[in-house]
Amino acid sequence: MELSVNHLLGIKYITEADIQLIFETADHFKEVINRPIKKVPSLRDITIANLFFENSTRTKLSFELAEKRLSADVINFASSSSSVTKGETLIDTVNNILSMKVDMVVMRHPNPGAGVFLSKHVKASIINAGDGAHEHPTQALLDTYSIREKLGDVAGKKVVIIGDILHSRVALSNIFALQKLGATVKVCGPKTLIPKYIEKLDVAFETNLRKALEWCDVANMLRVQNERMDISYFPTTREYTQQFGLNKKILDSINKEIVVMHPGPINRGVEITSDVADSKQSIILEQVQNGVAVRMAVIYLLASKIKHNED
Amino acid sequence: MLSESNSDFPMSQKVLLNATEINIALNRLACQLIEKHDDFSKTVLIGIQPRGIFLAERLKTLLENEYKIKSIKLGYLDITFFRDDFRRGLKPLEANKTNINFIVEDKNVVFIDDVLFTGRSIRSALTAVQSFGRPLEIELLTLIDRRFSRHLPIQPDYRGRQVDAINGEKVKVCWKENDGEDAVYLINN
Repeated sequence: MELSVNHLLGIKYITEADIQLIFETADHFKEVINRPIKKVPSLRDITIANLFFENSTRTKLSFELAEKRLSADVINFASSSSSVTKGETLIDTVNNILSMKVDMVVMRHPNPGAGVFLSKHVKASIINAGDGAHEHPTQALLDTYSIREKLGDVAGKKVVIIGDILHSRVALSNIFALQKLGATVKVCGPKTLIPKYIEKLDVAFETNLRKALEWCDVANMLRVQNERMDISYFPTTREYTQQFGLNKKILDSINKEIVVMHPGPINRGVEITSDVADSKQSIILEQVQNGVAVRMAVIYLLASKIKHNED
Repeated sequence: MLSESNSDFPMSQKVLLNATEINIALNRLACQLIEKHDDFSKTVLIGIQPRGIFLAERLKTLLENEYKIKSIKLGYLDITFFRDDFRRGLKPLEANKTNINFIVEDKNVVFIDDVLFTGRSIRSALTAVQSFGRPLEIELLTLIDRRFSRHLPIQPDYRGRQVDAINGEKVKVCWKENDGEDAVYLINN
């Protein structure tokens, strides 16, 4: 078995079989990262560049850890401290880095489609670590992997994604991944933060948080992305919290135990209260651990398609 | 399974060991292990995935049932991520489950695999097992030792049968629980 693609640009471009292969490989890596010595030498001849044109903490750490656990050589780049601020283009920046014999690029970029664009112009495997409000494939893979781990399977499950759908690449990638794996997806949030195309994706839309929670098996809480909001999408943060914030009271008042997820970083007290985030229904920290295993699987599977004699 | 493929492809095969001979060899190997490891209190067996685990399970059952040795520790070790031919083959390497729920620190470890050929798997296993601690000593047990075909200076401490096979030939070990019969074949492609 091998992946049907040479790059991971978005969940949109991969198949269900690809996702299952990534999950099965991640199972093995999850066992590896729980050993006393958490490292394997598979990728000792591979060099990976992490290009972050936008701020990131956990995704960058998670990728870097995954690369190091596979014994790859890693170089890091952050646009704030680079020549990008001097006016260099994306292709030039990346080609300069690739001329140092880099095999794989992990890139986060504020512009949607940056990864797709790059994959057409440079000779390296590209992993999209988030491109604007478009896709964040590895996050969706680790989210669905965590659901699979917690509930046994993703197929047939009901998942509601709550919050700022409009600015969220996590939401879009999650919708694609969940649907490919046979889950039903709903979104819930203020109307101003629900994109117009949502119905075309075959995703139902709910404005009542309680109804959404009563319907679902899993609630994926998204962060309110203040930094991407050029205008005001809701009156006040307090009002948002009252209508769409997840707290212990509402969670206890529904008649079943649902799984609570959050891709992080959490705005405690805004979209989720601390007692929910730290409760046993929450799998937020499992998501972080699974993130490393899933990213190791993606990197390993893409690296196995790179052939030595190409250059 | 083998007879089917035999009719499809023009290849010949010859029985190296039949079920009785395998049974004799297993009993001898079990006794040799006891000679060295006594009651197995400081010893752990590790079957190399994917094909070594059947032999390892057989030896464990034999030692426990026939020779009354209690609580033998047996683990499975997958070496996929430690192999030196990653990205050299046409297909990506697929991993198997590693299951070692004990510490190998200061233990006598016995690697168990069905066929010793180039020695590369064992080289990988020597690296892989380090993730679970620093063993006192590591030994190697194989059912079939294909001598004269080694790429590395690795030799078995216990062997069922030594075989001279040329590179184009393949040694296949069949186990009742997996392949329907106990037998070892030499297949000539």
